[in-house]
Amino acid sequence: MPRLKIPRKVNNPPKVKGFKPYGVISESEKLDPVILNYEEYEALKMCDYDMYNHHQASIMMNVSRPTYTRIYASARMKIAKAFVEGRKIEIEGGKVYFDSNWFYCKSCGCHFNNPEINTSVSACPLCGSSEIEQHFEDTTTSQENINDDMCVCPKCGYTKKHMRGVPCRNERCPSCNTPLVRQNP
Amino acid sequence: MKIAITSQGNSLESKLDQRFGHCQFFVTYDSDNGTIEIIPNPYHNVEEQAGALAVKLLSSKNVAKIISGEFGLKVKPMLDSLKIQMIILKDDSKTVQTIIEMLNKTYSKEE
Repeated sequence: MPRLKIPRKVNNPPKVKGFKPYGVISESEKLDPVILNYEEYEALKMCDYDMYNHHQASIMMNVSRPTYTRIYASARMKIAKAFVEGRKIEIEGGKVYFDSNWFYCKSCGCHFNNPEINTSVSACPLCGSSEIEQHFEDTTTSQENINDDMCVCPKCGYTKKHMRGVPCRNERCPSCNTPLVRQNP
Repeated sequence: MKIAITSQGNSLESKLDQRFGHCQFFVTYDSDNGTIEIIPNPYHNVEEQAGALAVKLLSSKNVAKIISGEFGLKVKPMLDSLKIQMIILKDDSKTVQTIIEMLNKTYSKEE
């Protein structure tokens, strides 16, 4: 079984569902669109729009720095592919969770969240219209496989919860000062 | 219920400010009795942590919803834990007056 993907945290859902090329010369309209995942959109936004470095952005997306870089590289590859081949870009899917549930109102064009998780939203808080739509969320495994690996001291057996993005070998055992190693439960 | 709107000026004709922490004024509207209060944002020119300080100011006024153009990455988790609803309105041509009228319609229907 391959390693499970850690759900990426998305703070700002995209304002659009995708992009279309115009002035198409060839038959590229028939080409399949490029599917840009939510996490790839977020990675691109963090790094190139908000100007965070990969390390800061990885912490905000709750993944390790190398994983963030892979997501970012994949985003750039997909966008380059769409530009060069004149394909559509569709932003959807991906293994993500949002910091809170976000909704979009079709009537006034606003985005809003629902801080009360137990109550459901039926109308837009601004214009009162019921024409609202929830942003996509992959709820299947959103919270359950949050990493519960441990960092263990190989000498004295001291254990500590593993922090994502911090390599175990950089952590030291407080009693014998040995670099820690990872242990999967 | 109190609703805060970020504003570019201190009148109801002024437009919605697209920034949250660095906005010029906050306009709070009480949907229960219709009172409107204009608060100048003391953190308008603060370089860092303006969003966090603004959240503290508004939460001390018992605001339940905030309407603005954009919320920063540090502000979102804070508002989430305080259970304050964020409403993002990208349309910066709307004035505070029109937003209050929209809210008025919505909340008078409910009662």
